[in-house]
Amino acid sequence: MAEGAVFDAQAVTDAVAEGIAKIENASSMEELKAIKTQYAGAESAMTQASKAIGALPKDQKKEAGQIMGRLRADFGRAYGVKEQQVKAEEEARALAAETVDMTLPVNRKPLGARHPLPKLMEDVEDFFVSMGWQISDGPEVETEWYDFDALNFGPDHPARQMQDTFYVKGNQAKDAAGFVGSNMVLRTQTSSDQVRGLLTRGVPLYIACPGRVFRTDELDATHTPVFHQVEALAVDKHLTMADLKGVLDKLAVAMFGPEAKTRLRPSYFPFTEPSAELDLWFPDKKGGAGWLEWGGCGMVNPNVLKSAGLDPEVYTGFAFGVGVERTLLLRHDINDMHDLVEGDVRFSEQFVMGE
Amino acid sequence: MPMVDIDWLKDHVEVPEGLTYEQLAKDLVKVGLEEEEIHTSQLIGPIVVGYVVDATPEPQKNGKVINWCHVDVGDEYNETDENGNKVPRGIICGAPNMAAGEKVVVTLPGAVLPGDFKIEPRKTYGHISNGMCASERELGLGDNHDGIILLRKYGFTPEEYEKLKPGDDAMHLLHLDEPLLEINITPDRGYAFSYRGVAREYHHSTGATYTDPAVALNEKAPVTQGLPEGTKTDIEVIVEDNNPIHGVVGCDRYYARAVHGFDPASHTPNWMRRRLTRAGMRSISLAVDVTNYVMLDLGQPMHAYDLDKIEGPIVVRRAAEGETLTTLDGKKHDLNVEDLLITDSPNGERGSRILGIAGVMGGLYGEVTAETKNILLESAHFDQVSIARSARRHKIPSEASRRFERGVDDQLQPAAAQMAAELMVRYGSGEPSEHPTDVNTVGCARTIHFKATEVARVAGLDTDVNTISGILTDIGCSVAGGGNGEFSVTPPSWRPDLNEPCDLVEEVARLVGYDEIPVTVPPAPVEGKVGLTAEQLRKRQVADELAEYGMVETLSYPFVGDEDYKYFAYDKDEIKKISVEIANPLAGDRPFLRRTIIPTLAQTVQRNLRRGVENVSLYEIGHVYLWDPNAPAIPALPGAVRPTDEQLEALDAGLPDQPMHVAGILTGDAVDTGWMGERRAVDWSDAVEAVHRISDRIGAGLTLDQPKAEDVPAQWHPGRAARVMAGDVFIGMVGELHPHVNEALDLPAHSAAFELDLTALFATLSGKPVQAKPISTFPPVKQDLAFTVPTDVAAAALQQAIVEAAGDSLEDIKLFDVYTGDQLGEGVKSLAYAVTFRAPDKTLTSEDSEAIRKRIVDEAAKLGARLRA
Repeated sequence: MAEGAVFDAQAVTDAVAEGIAKIENASSMEELKAIKTQYAGAESAMTQASKAIGALPKDQKKEAGQIMGRLRADFGRAYGVKEQQVKAEEEARALAAETVDMTLPVNRKPLGARHPLPKLMEDVEDFFVSMGWQISDGPEVETEWYDFDALNFGPDHPARQMQDTFYVKGNQAKDAAGFVGSNMVLRTQTSSDQVRGLLTRGVPLYIACPGRVFRTDELDATHTPVFHQVEALAVDKHLTMADLKGVLDKLAVAMFGPEAKTRLRPSYFPFTEPSAELDLWFPDKKGGAGWLEWGGCGMVNPNVLKSAGLDPEVYTGFAFGVGVERTLLLRHDINDMHDLVEGDVRFSEQFVMGE
Repeated sequence: MPMVDIDWLKDHVEVPEGLTYEQLAKDLVKVGLEEEEIHTSQLIGPIVVGYVVDATPEPQKNGKVINWCHVDVGDEYNETDENGNKVPRGIICGAPNMAAGEKVVVTLPGAVLPGDFKIEPRKTYGHISNGMCASERELGLGDNHDGIILLRKYGFTPEEYEKLKPGDDAMHLLHLDEPLLEINITPDRGYAFSYRGVAREYHHSTGATYTDPAVALNEKAPVTQGLPEGTKTDIEVIVEDNNPIHGVVGCDRYYARAVHGFDPASHTPNWMRRRLTRAGMRSISLAVDVTNYVMLDLGQPMHAYDLDKIEGPIVVRRAAEGETLTTLDGKKHDLNVEDLLITDSPNGERGSRILGIAGVMGGLYGEVTAETKNILLESAHFDQVSIARSARRHKIPSEASRRFERGVDDQLQPAAAQMAAELMVRYGSGEPSEHPTDVNTVGCARTIHFKATEVARVAGLDTDVNTISGILTDIGCSVAGGGNGEFSVTPPSWRPDLNEPCDLVEEVARLVGYDEIPVTVPPAPVEGKVGLTAEQLRKRQVADELAEYGMVETLSYPFVGDEDYKYFAYDKDEIKKISVEIANPLAGDRPFLRRTIIPTLAQTVQRNLRRGVENVSLYEIGHVYLWDPNAPAIPALPGAVRPTDEQLEALDAGLPDQPMHVAGILTGDAVDTGWMGERRAVDWSDAVEAVHRISDRIGAGLTLDQPKAEDVPAQWHPGRAARVMAGDVFIGMVGELHPHVNEALDLPAHSAAFELDLTALFATLSGKPVQAKPISTFPPVKQDLAFTVPTDVAAAALQQAIVEAAGDSLEDIKLFDVYTGDQLGEGVKSLAYAVTFRAPDKTLTSEDSEAIRKRIVDEAAKLGARLRA
């Protein structure tokens, strides 16, 4: 507008009304902003009219100011309402355009899998640790003394021949029965950690020994030459078979749920007396809940305590061993040992990080 | 393991009517005789008694004569003729003993005999044979197949025979439908290897009335002690043990009794043959069958000699160096000076002829034969250890040795000979001698001092003194004292396993019942460090980290052999020298234990790939075994004695080191092709990342040290392998497998791998808590620095130089670009780093950061690096 423009109330009112009408028809922010420039920008009728107020006689200024104030407010309100509406519409359009199929498989960093066997051993360890016991680990290539003699399997003990032992070649020495050998075996049982534990840790002793053991069985659906056991040993001044039963029941519940329990049957192991076979009441047994063989146990034979230099008149203890593979087969309804030992990833992947 | 036949068990213990084998198994397992299996009949009926109405011999072209018979098998099974009348079945029978008027066993169509032999009507020799008359062998009753079973000769009394009617169930009659219980006997219960023992245990379990057969038999046996001077006994016996084991004489009782005028043509009665067959023993001859029968019944192994072939004295002695013996089974054995022998003395040469290895197996000379008229029964007691060693040495686990090595009752010998003599006389005629020889040096029975409180102290059972005394008496002990709660207990002669108070505790506990023991949970004392050790926790962290990294955990057998050494390019002679070798391996081709995990893990990878699984990335945590050829021999030490500290050291000194390793093999694609992007093949970097993740997870700060190509072990790619170091300690290897390894194992090219010694790695970690630095809130200065360096300068070396030069103000450094190309020229690469500097106590000025930058550039220059413009 040229210098010295005249304040024309009607004209500016009309212009603003026109602008508001345009605002109401606008459908994009771009359009809205153009309208704002046209009707409220520096060159707009509204701005020019405001500037023209200065040239009015003093008595008209007030009224003109009021008119302009109302017009600005009307315009601003219309603009604000529409701006909000258009922004919401635009955002809705943009979001709609960004819509994806959320069910597409996303697997940029796929998890691998733990093997259920070591996982289960960790569970068993945690059970014992929760009771305040310690976890011990002995050598797999073991001396015959720790695997047999110290456990009351004398060189001529029939049970020693029943163990299907892997013998190790080595620097030859005669064993106590006169048979030449290295006095070294692949341990047949994690019980070999018993006397190691007693000698190195002393009493009172509460330890669990999970680990790998070896027997000369060919691999088939129920046997494997390399397998795992968890041995538990407690030696103290007051322990009885009742304590053995208590710990076994707790372990059964930890492994097989609240309904699980255990039962002992008389049996024989050289390193325990009394000895028992350990049966498990397995609620999820196929074909209905029932008893299943789970391991062996008993009160530590006095000769084992003597091997560790302890007085059996003062100390008593209990020990038990359960097969980890057997526990897994039972718990997960695995029918074939091959699946456990062959390392097929499709087997482990079913368990991912748990078991 | 022994079979239990209820019919036989009844000889010694009162068994309730209708006792099933399932219930018997339950009763026995309660006292510790575990069920191995209940064998059920393999036979399916109908198998019935038949009366041979007529038998018409019909000679055949091939010279054989067969009988066309009509056999009455009762109305239910007989044929129906055209008039609707029941008539005998037509049956073809080739047996020579078939005759009209005999009662026989007929297997009818629908029956199934052992070996899945199905009986059906069949057309043969011009007739329809509508069933089969069976021999013993066909029914699984024994070896006899010379003819069919004639029930007339099958041990029935005339009255019983008369009552047999056509159509009677022959399965029941011949016990063919009876199951059989096989039980497991633990090594301490030698006496349960007999019906006498099992019956006693059944009594312990159920309270059924038990009669020990040995008592009456021993009373009937002739007196052998206190006879007038010069009384001639059956044969002179000398025990001459010049090499006792553990100071125990090999034979402490040798009882011999003659039976004169035995009829060698006599037959074993059918009931005895049936019992033997069901026990899994072959019927051989009456004399041999009787000795086996007595062994099964009483538990005393026996031997029957032809008395006329033997020349006294019998000498029980150890073998001399160089002696040999061919045993009954035809095998020749080189005898050992520890083998105990039964010998006789031909031509007055004492002990010069070997009759057998005592308690294990007889030789070829001296056995009873089909001509033997005078028999000498041997009923002896041998040392358990001596027998066990001989059986093990010569690999002859016989029924006799199985019993002797578990311990035989040393008071049973006269009873066993008495029983055998009675049976021989009853079924084979003859006269037992009244002057048996009894060389008896069995010591006094031992007594155990037993406090009744032991039952509570060990078993946790609150059992009163009277009950304890009652149980011990019932198992055969004589129990004295008891007033003060202390007993003097003498175990019975058949329980050599009862030696210590704890053995008696077990007897009391098992007969009271393990179920009666209360249940308590012992509180473990909380002393010192509780919970898992740092090493145990770290092992779990490593395992979890690799699984989270996307690898799959497996476990492989640790056995390796020539094939693995070849695939992994080991010098097999060298590696065998330092590997643990199994003396009796399962698979002859893998007799060694691994020194590293990768070769056995590779077998697992290969198995997966062959099964069509792709992109296999596996890891394993396990032990390896490092043989030291110079390790000292491990001593043999006795049990029940604490070795000295020096002895304990000697035990461990001979064992190989067995560190725990982790290994991984990655193959195929690290990133699969998918809708999100393109595939990326596995290479060295995936293995390196795995190592870094392990390192970060346990806070180890592992570094890589890349050797010159010629120093890289043959298993690895010479340009893509590095040593993993924890400071100066070698921890393992990482990189790509050598292409030859991939080729040999059919692994994809560029398969990557790592193997770390976790035992060594964990030992380098202090376990101390991380000492945290304060976090600066002053602004950072970020710069990019690109260097050109000679190709042979390792990125790690340059970064190390930058870090050291920058000092404490360096907050972060990242390599963001590696470039080689024409613009740089030969032998040069570009490495570009984004670095962040920040001071802990002030805002860095441009002068400050310029100074740091200059230090970096100067230090890098020492490696030949130049800052790019």
